[in-house]
Amino acid sequence: MNKQRLKAKIIKYFLQSCGSLSIIIVLLIFLFLFKEAFPFIGSPGIGELFHNIWNPVSFQKEEFGLVPLITGSVLVTILATVIAIPFGIIGAVYISEVASAKEREFLKPFIEILAGIPSVVLGFFGLIVIAPFIKDLFGLNTGLTALTGAVLLAFMAIPTIMSISEDAIKSVPAAYKEASLALGASKLETIWKVVVPAALSGIVASVMLGMGRVVGETMTVMMVTGNAPVISMNPFTSVRTMTATIAAEMGEVTIGSDHYMALFWVGIVLMLMTFSLNLISYRVLKKYGMIDK
Amino acid sequence: MNSKRTGEKVIYWLMRGITYLVVVFIAYILIDILIHGLPAISWEFITGDPEKSGAEGGIFPAILGTLFLVIGTIVVALPLGMFSAIYLTEYARQSKFTQTIRMAIVTLAGVPSIVFGLFGLGLFVVALDFGASILAGSLTLACMILPTIIVASEEALKAVPKYMREGSLALGATKWETIYKNVLPYALPGMLTGAILGIGRAAGETAPILLTAAAFFLPELPSSVYDQVMALPYHLYILATQHPEAQKILPMQYGTALVLLFLVIGLNFVAIILRIKVRKKYKW
Repeated sequence: MNKQRLKAKIIKYFLQSCGSLSIIIVLLIFLFLFKEAFPFIGSPGIGELFHNIWNPVSFQKEEFGLVPLITGSVLVTILATVIAIPFGIIGAVYISEVASAKEREFLKPFIEILAGIPSVVLGFFGLIVIAPFIKDLFGLNTGLTALTGAVLLAFMAIPTIMSISEDAIKSVPAAYKEASLALGASKLETIWKVVVPAALSGIVASVMLGMGRVVGETMTVMMVTGNAPVISMNPFTSVRTMTATIAAEMGEVTIGSDHYMALFWVGIVLMLMTFSLNLISYRVLKKYGMIDK
Repeated sequence: MNSKRTGEKVIYWLMRGITYLVVVFIAYILIDILIHGLPAISWEFITGDPEKSGAEGGIFPAILGTLFLVIGTIVVALPLGMFSAIYLTEYARQSKFTQTIRMAIVTLAGVPSIVFGLFGLGLFVVALDFGASILAGSLTLACMILPTIIVASEEALKAVPKYMREGSLALGATKWETIYKNVLPYALPGMLTGAILGIGRAAGETAPILLTAAAFFLPELPSSVYDQVMALPYHLYILATQHPEAQKILPMQYGTALVLLFLVIGLNFVAIILRIKVRKKYKW
């Protein structure tokens, strides 16, 4: 009997340690980002990171200012979110409130496909099809702009926004709708004035999760945004995001060099940005009982 | 009243139009890659080695490399994810510890793929000294897909009704016997769905393996887990952006994109079919 109890205990502890693996990995991620980036603080000094120029390979003076990379990421993310919001939210409302059951059965999995397309394939498509299109449409010198990246990233954020908004809309109690209809409101008025406001916090959370995905996206932006590290808020210029900088430059740096450490600082900033976006949306979704506690 | 009705109709149609615009965009990507990619696909393309730095020949080593990476990933991530899910659904009680685990899973699911790359570089490539290799790449990808597998496995476990457990426990079976013999067999197909989704993600990701495993061209196929590999997504990236004659080798790029897309969407499709079948088979 005692032997059996021991066995049960061992199994439990084994499973528990597997369960805590996620915590360990998250801690290790933070640990290793900081570990690799840390010596930078002594030399060349943390102040370097706040400069306005990113020019890590230079014979005169190497510059490791993160500002242009951060503005690049912010510009692309904001544009992509602005483009994705109407599609994501209206799509979610349409699928959950307007579409027939048959239509829904087709639309939902089909839009899921979009979430499954590898980012490098989307980037390739952007490079070959979307970039020339944007170049001609706006009469630009190059199609590799922040806007091009934003259009493609918007389509990556749409499935996230749509599916979570849809869950939020579905979780609005039927009594709200019935009350509104009983008071003489039309179906459309009920949708936009009762259902959507009631689901608003979930919808906002879905947008934030979508933004988290966009900020962290690497291959697509690297392929289509032109990769010029300049501070600009003009959608028609080339920009370079934090993710693209890491991916493009890490292959050529010496491990342990200033440049190597600076790229890990980029990673830290990136991690903190996505972490806070996810944390806030997780809190919101949890508060409204949309995920397990 | 009537003009209000027409007004509403217009708005419904607008909503429909916006939704279907997304559908059209997806269809356009798929069709564009299919039309331009199909002519490039041939037996030589699938089974041949790249020649003239990818301008001619095939992509066999890249396909094989992606296969190796994916197998390594799933061998590590599937058991860990399954055990983790068993702990969370069958053992864990509501506690600070459980909440922290859930928080960590959500965080992990939101970590950008390139940060996984940095992490893999710092831990597996440099600190553990695996070098850029299949091993380092697979372990990095395994960390990345762990949340997908945990979440899907949990759902599968939760779908098995309580009385299946109670019946077994009432007959004197231990907790683990109950889980092993009366819960897992029914949850397994659902868990596999998660595994396949995870594989699909791992196969399509570029950023993590960029820093931990991938090489553009290798004269020989890898012979151990400590070797670098070629991989489909990385191959496409290089052909499309770094190749000196990128414009001229469009068919090669489209062909690679099609193979990758086929692989990833195919896997997703299998997962969806499996999910539907499981739901039909086990109706409690």
